[in-house]
Amino acid sequence: MKIFKIKYIAIAVASLLMVSCNNDDNMMEETSIDFSGTFVQEDQMGRPAVNTVFVSSDSKDAFNTTIPSQQGAMFQSMFQANLTGLSPAYANDGDANALGLDAATFTGLLATDVLNVSLDGTTTFYDGTNVLTGRALADDVITVELLLIFGGEDFSENPSLSNDNVDANDKEFSDSFPYLASPW
Amino acid sequence: MKKTKILAATVFAAIIGLITIAADHIDAPAVSGTSADITDFYAFQGEDTNNLVFVANVQGLLSPDATTAASFSENVMVEFNIDTNDDKVEDLVIQAIPRDGKMYFFGPYAPTTTGLNSMINELATKSEVAISSSSAIVANQNGMKFFAGPRDDPFFMDFAQYGEIIGGNASGFNSPGSDTFAGTNVMSIVVEVPKSEIGGSGTINTWVEAKSKQ
Repeated sequence: MKIFKIKYIAIAVASLLMVSCNNDDNMMEETSIDFSGTFVQEDQMGRPAVNTVFVSSDSKDAFNTTIPSQQGAMFQSMFQANLTGLSPAYANDGDANALGLDAATFTGLLATDVLNVSLDGTTTFYDGTNVLTGRALADDVITVELLLIFGGEDFSENPSLSNDNVDANDKEFSDSFPYLASPW
Repeated sequence: MKKTKILAATVFAAIIGLITIAADHIDAPAVSGTSADITDFYAFQGEDTNNLVFVANVQGLLSPDATTAASFSENVMVEFNIDTNDDKVEDLVIQAIPRDGKMYFFGPYAPTTTGLNSMINELATKSEVAISSSSAIVANQNGMKFFAGPRDDPFFMDFAQYGEIIGGNASGFNSPGSDTFAGTNVMSIVVEVPKSEIGGSGTINTWVEAKSKQ
């Protein structure tokens, strides 16, 4: 009788120990975190709003899963058709934007969706002087893109389409890391 | 009983999906509203001008309430891609993946394979930061700075009016416009890295990818 009890207690204690060992993730943390496996692409982004504006609805996932070096060949013609269909500033042959880019050249640039970034100084999408040297938090990238799409050769065409009249974020950014404002 | 539940959940998810697509950046229907849905990407010179800052935001249009419950999926790896020789193929990557309340970072390092399918090289430079809630927790490791957690969505645009224009219901923007993203949050990953580790000088091409474990 007594021996049985002791046996039971011993088994109970042992199983408790085992359970608590298995549950204790911290014990093995440094060696047991699993980073293995193959990670397959589902979304990608270079320049702001490019997929949203220029890729047709049924091709958005395909664009997101095409590597940048193949995007131009696969999507430039779709970009050009959507640009000329969307913007009166690109309705006629020979039309260009303020960067001097005609429909084929402009969409050729955009279809390869990477962000060009300078390592040598000012980083901005467009600040009046520097063009496509990065993307800063406060850059009004949508108005820049609307101007390049709808504004014509001198930014003067289609004024009601070339500025969304939202020029800044709803919270101030910080000058220091992590730069973005605290959440609401 | 179980089948009914699953069906109801599927229909519900489909409806939510439709609403999300209608309101979101509409650019990734396959992963809309998940932490694999990239909303924005930024790259700019840091406060220390020797450094470059990368920002990847996922899961757009989070209300303050939804933000409290939002998290990074442990199945999703966010990968910053850096092309230093202008062939539009990544020469270096910085990978970010969450595990148990921390965001782990690998790189920058040269991946053995490029393209749609990636693995994590655990021998690469490894850093980590605790995932923040409302106030920012910042880690300084390996000469870099790291942050992961909710932030105010830095993007601003009258997206609703853009939709009206595209839909043929409006002829132009309003003045003043209305920031569709005001008062909303995103899940944000921020990395600040010395320029010397990503090409040094000149121009790089960079983009961000969300990749799910298979």
